[in-house]
Amino acid sequence: MLLIDCPYCGKRPEVEFHCGGEAHIARPETPAEIADADWGSFLYYRTNPKGVHAERWLHGHGCGRWFNALRDTVSDAFVATYEMGAPRPDVAPENAKA
Amino acid sequence: MLEFNLARRAPTVAPIASDAGVKITPLGPQGRLALRIRPAALAGRNDLGGFDLSGPINSRREGGDGEASRDALHLGPDEWMLIVPADEVEERCEAVSAALSGAAFSLVDVSYRDVSFSVEGPGADAMINAGCPIDLSLKTFPVGSATRTLLGKAEIVLARLAADRFTVTTWRSFAPYVQGFLVEAAKDGV
Amino acid sequence: MSQPFRLPSGGRIDRKRPLSVSFNGKRLEGFAGDTVASMLLASGQHLAGRSFKYHRPRGILSHGSDEPSALLSVDWRADRGPGYRDPNNRASVVEARDSLVVKTQNHWPSLETDIGAVNDLLSPVFVAGFYYKTFMWPRTFWDKVYEPVIRRAAGLGEAPEVKDADRYSNRHAHCDVLVVGAGPAGLAAALAASADGEKRVILADEGLEPGGALLNDVTSKIDGKPAMDWVAESVSTLDARENVVILPRTTAFGYYNHNHVCMVEKVSDHRADAPEGLARERLWQVRAGEVVLATGSHERPLVFENNDRPGIMLAESVRAFVNRWAVLPGNEIVVATSSASAYQTALDAKNAGARVSIVDIRLEADCGPELQTAKDAGITVRSGHTVIRALGKKRVSGLVVAPIDPDGAIGEKQTLACDCVAMSGGWTPSVHLFSQSRGKLRFDVELDAFVPGTSAQAERSAGACRGIYDLAAVIADGLAAGRSATGATDTAAGSTPQATASFTGFQPVRVLPTDADASKVKAFVDFQNDVTAKDIRLAVREGFESIEHVKRYTTTGMATDQGKTSNMNALGLVAGILDRPLPAVGTTTFRPPYTPVSFGALIGPARDELFDPVRKTPIDGWAEKNGAVFEPVALWRRAKYFPQAGEDMHGAVARETKAVRNAVGIFDASTLGKIEVVGPDAAEFMNRIYTNAWLKLKVGGCRYGLMLREDGFVYDDGVVARLAEDRFHVTTTTGGAPRVLRHMEDYLQTEWPDLDVFLTSITEQWAVIALQGPKARKVLEPFVSGIDLSEEAFPHMTVQSGFVCGVPCRLFRVSFTGELGFEVNVPADYGEAVWKALYEEGGKHGITAYGTEAMHVLRAEVGYVVVGQETDGTVTPDDLGLSGLVSKVKADFVGKRSLARPDMVAEGRRQLVGLLTKNPDEVIDEGAQVVDDPHRPIPMRMIGHVTSSYASSNCGRSIAMALIEGGRGRIGETVHVTTPGGFTEAVISKAAFYEVKGETADA
Repeated sequence: MLLIDCPYCGKRPEVEFHCGGEAHIARPETPAEIADADWGSFLYYRTNPKGVHAERWLHGHGCGRWFNALRDTVSDAFVATYEMGAPRPDVAPENAKA
Repeated sequence: MLEFNLARRAPTVAPIASDAGVKITPLGPQGRLALRIRPAALAGRNDLGGFDLSGPINSRREGGDGEASRDALHLGPDEWMLIVPADEVEERCEAVSAALSGAAFSLVDVSYRDVSFSVEGPGADAMINAGCPIDLSLKTFPVGSATRTLLGKAEIVLARLAADRFTVTTWRSFAPYVQGFLVEAAKDGV
Repeated sequence: MSQPFRLPSGGRIDRKRPLSVSFNGKRLEGFAGDTVASMLLASGQHLAGRSFKYHRPRGILSHGSDEPSALLSVDWRADRGPGYRDPNNRASVVEARDSLVVKTQNHWPSLETDIGAVNDLLSPVFVAGFYYKTFMWPRTFWDKVYEPVIRRAAGLGEAPEVKDADRYSNRHAHCDVLVVGAGPAGLAAALAASADGEKRVILADEGLEPGGALLNDVTSKIDGKPAMDWVAESVSTLDARENVVILPRTTAFGYYNHNHVCMVEKVSDHRADAPEGLARERLWQVRAGEVVLATGSHERPLVFENNDRPGIMLAESVRAFVNRWAVLPGNEIVVATSSASAYQTALDAKNAGARVSIVDIRLEADCGPELQTAKDAGITVRSGHTVIRALGKKRVSGLVVAPIDPDGAIGEKQTLACDCVAMSGGWTPSVHLFSQSRGKLRFDVELDAFVPGTSAQAERSAGACRGIYDLAAVIADGLAAGRSATGATDTAAGSTPQATASFTGFQPVRVLPTDADASKVKAFVDFQNDVTAKDIRLAVREGFESIEHVKRYTTTGMATDQGKTSNMNALGLVAGILDRPLPAVGTTTFRPPYTPVSFGALIGPARDELFDPVRKTPIDGWAEKNGAVFEPVALWRRAKYFPQAGEDMHGAVARETKAVRNAVGIFDASTLGKIEVVGPDAAEFMNRIYTNAWLKLKVGGCRYGLMLREDGFVYDDGVVARLAEDRFHVTTTTGGAPRVLRHMEDYLQTEWPDLDVFLTSITEQWAVIALQGPKARKVLEPFVSGIDLSEEAFPHMTVQSGFVCGVPCRLFRVSFTGELGFEVNVPADYGEAVWKALYEEGGKHGITAYGTEAMHVLRAEVGYVVVGQETDGTVTPDDLGLSGLVSKVKADFVGKRSLARPDMVAEGRRQLVGLLTKNPDEVIDEGAQVVDDPHRPIPMRMIGHVTSSYASSNCGRSIAMALIEGGRGRIGETVHVTTPGGFTEAVISKAAFYEVKGETADA
């Protein structure tokens, strides 16, 4: 079970959280002006990287807040967690301790 | 209008005896107000109608004048649970609303939504850890802590009143499960 | 059975506390401190089971949790009735106590005479991969012949047939340092880690007492004192520290992410006096800041012909039985070894009175000081010898050995008579947990073993599990590991004790040299899975070169054994055949659990009433008293119907639905999800989340809301009331409540943080009583104060606050039946009382309580959809005929853009229509497929499916709803619907079947 560092509550067990998929996919301001293909990409296309992945998490059984996290999909190590709206931190992938 | 006699009925959570050292007692009716407000909108107003909102996230602060309880559980960045005697709900609602006049906030009466249990006795923390996965050591979850978390498959709000005394609060339909879980866990005294 | 092989003194058994267990119906005697294995050996019984595949007689190989062969069925509480038996317990870890009933497994009719042993003669059939080769054809034999026969003949014990009667408990725990293993390394690590009195340390060990390998050791000294004195002192030091928890009988079996280690503690199996109700096992889920693995090592068997005969044991295990349990496993013991450590076994066994000789594969020149020590003790040592084969069947009777000439040829053979063989092929560090933690293994040529390389988590290994075997070095390594786990850099803290030098070092051997035809002999590599060296050679010859493939083809290292005794011999053998260095062959993945874990321990309290929360409404008690039949809806249990005497569901639902249309029905709608949406931007938020328009909804008004996901498909629906300019009371479907709240919070927090809106779940604040039917107003009227119920003052789709029965209420004028309807929201505590008051008054008007089934029929009669029934995540509002609820004016709402995607507006989408079977009494199946022409070849094209289907007494016939391609343009056409027996005909109609008379709800 992962241990996730909620930006508001500190480290808490995975069962309190819900993963919401890839982060930093902003909903277009004016969807009506978006071409079909681009809207399709917004809806369905995700990066699925091997390595550091920015993803959304909800501390649903805790403080109730959505936040973003950088998780290494190989080691499951959380490189960073940060509040929704904050930019993706520029951190080197950590490959030592999970 | 007809005359009638109304029975107020909490969910079936009569006290269940447990021979273990930890006592699990259903608490009676309580007033509960769910307060949501952005910290910025509070604008430093930490004393709201007798409630002390100054505690950090995941804390419980007692307020009031010492006569009536005015607990404020800070459960999320913009969320508090205010606990008052059952007969003071309306009055406190008005007081808090007045204190927040002009700010964007939400105050919702959820007194009937939740049911609370007192869990008290030596090893109460270990017993709650039968189903609650967070670290309940006094260092990481000191007296005065309160948080939303899980107990088995039910969501609870857990508050620590003393080293060996907690309240466990859950939505009413989960109460029989939570009570049963705690009673079962109490058999496993270590 | 008496104890002829029990030594007169010594051992860590309590001779003042004799006990007995039942073994295959016979009485087996022993003492407190014994295991079933040590009692069997004390009685002279080596034969303890039949092997997995060949049903060969098997004895006790080991003294610990790596025992692959002696697997027993144990009834732990035969005196308490059924439900306490489980199979496949290793005899070596079953602590003896009175009233245990144990039986051997996998034989018929008896352990001594097992017909299945014919498999041993038929073994050419059972070569590697025989499942894949033998049982291919004919296909029809699979279910009826092969599988049942294989299941009966192969395999291990019998699964319990009754429910487990024991309790199991669960515990989450946190610590700064978790030490796994309480041998010398683990004890030292725990001492060092806990020295500051602050760090929370958990020390877990699978044995019944701490000490690890020192429990078997009567010769080593630590700081001049017997090693077990040091153990006792260490344990008492740790016991005295409040920051330390010692857990004996606790196996760490799984090492998961972020230092989450799962362990199972045996709580009561060993206790004859266990009070009823005491948990049998406790699952510990530990989250550790740092982990020290001090899990020791496993001894390797030697691979030679018939190396599985009962009486052939691991050398360290022979030493353990002699020293720890005061049992001599034989009178005439041959120690066959390529490892120095086995010499200590020879010395200890000789001291205990056995006649002992040593056969060492190594040349004299390759041996260490152990050789001279043995010679000095008068033990014959045959260096440079190989073992050709073992003699005997149900018990070893001799060992054929021969010198290996310098050119590798086998010299003159000689038979050594014996009744016990103590073998050692060296040691394999137990890296299972390290490997589970995703650490990378490194092959150490000197040690001939994989050892922990790069850590993936906050963890370090200490002692034998990383290839350190000398006692003083093991202790020093443990202390260093304990210190490093606490971040201490002061390496001088605490002195490292002095200890007797251990006999260490071994020469790796894979299969012992022999002149026998290697393709004919059975030399076992994996005892538990009956895999021989021959099988592995065959697998490699057939092209399986990857070790993971060899593992699956031959089954070596699989199942509960996880390669503990077999892994290195198998790897080495494959590497040898392929002529590749061992690291190039690699190693297989070690999977949790380290040792078998009972389902009970994994499940813990989550069974029976505590399996899942069963959510009950405030009115559930009344429903139960009034004979409701319930159904689960999400975690809720809801009244499905209220049968009267002699009524089935059909009858009850017919009566209930009629009553609603002709008089009035009362329905418990408390489970509907309810969310209070509050804030200055609440209306704007509603406008963005729902498809329809909200800004102009007046305070006091209600509106049916349709919610889409961003992909344009229907997500949820419900009636929403505007209580104030800045306050809405939203209802959701019963099952959708949690996800709708999450969906709303998601948009508020991540997309529109500028909106000042807050959400609060109020599902359980309110009990909801629906009164539906022409007489609903009449029933309600006498109880209401502060609200004018007249049509003019309180029209359809409005809400008012007031009092019902003197209780504050939110009263909705809404309908899910098409009839005049009210939904009475009262504080949950008063739900039952208000319900009763209404029900009693309603008696004057023919009130009828109805359940979810009638509710479904009633809404279908008037064509209302149920999200999750008519929708499946691929249905648009237009598919449902609800495009009128989709605002054309709003620039944006969640899902709007997707509704304009080409596929969403394409011709031929499935549309919701009604289906009327040609036979009005026939109720088709929900989920049935719809086709144009049933005579087409299979697979034929399906043009739709049935979403809802009921017998409707109000319509006097069956009704159904279906999603059919272009359905709205095909009204009146006949289609064919699948039935369990074939097809039936139905005519497409409008998706509404009943005309409401009188005052209608027109929702």
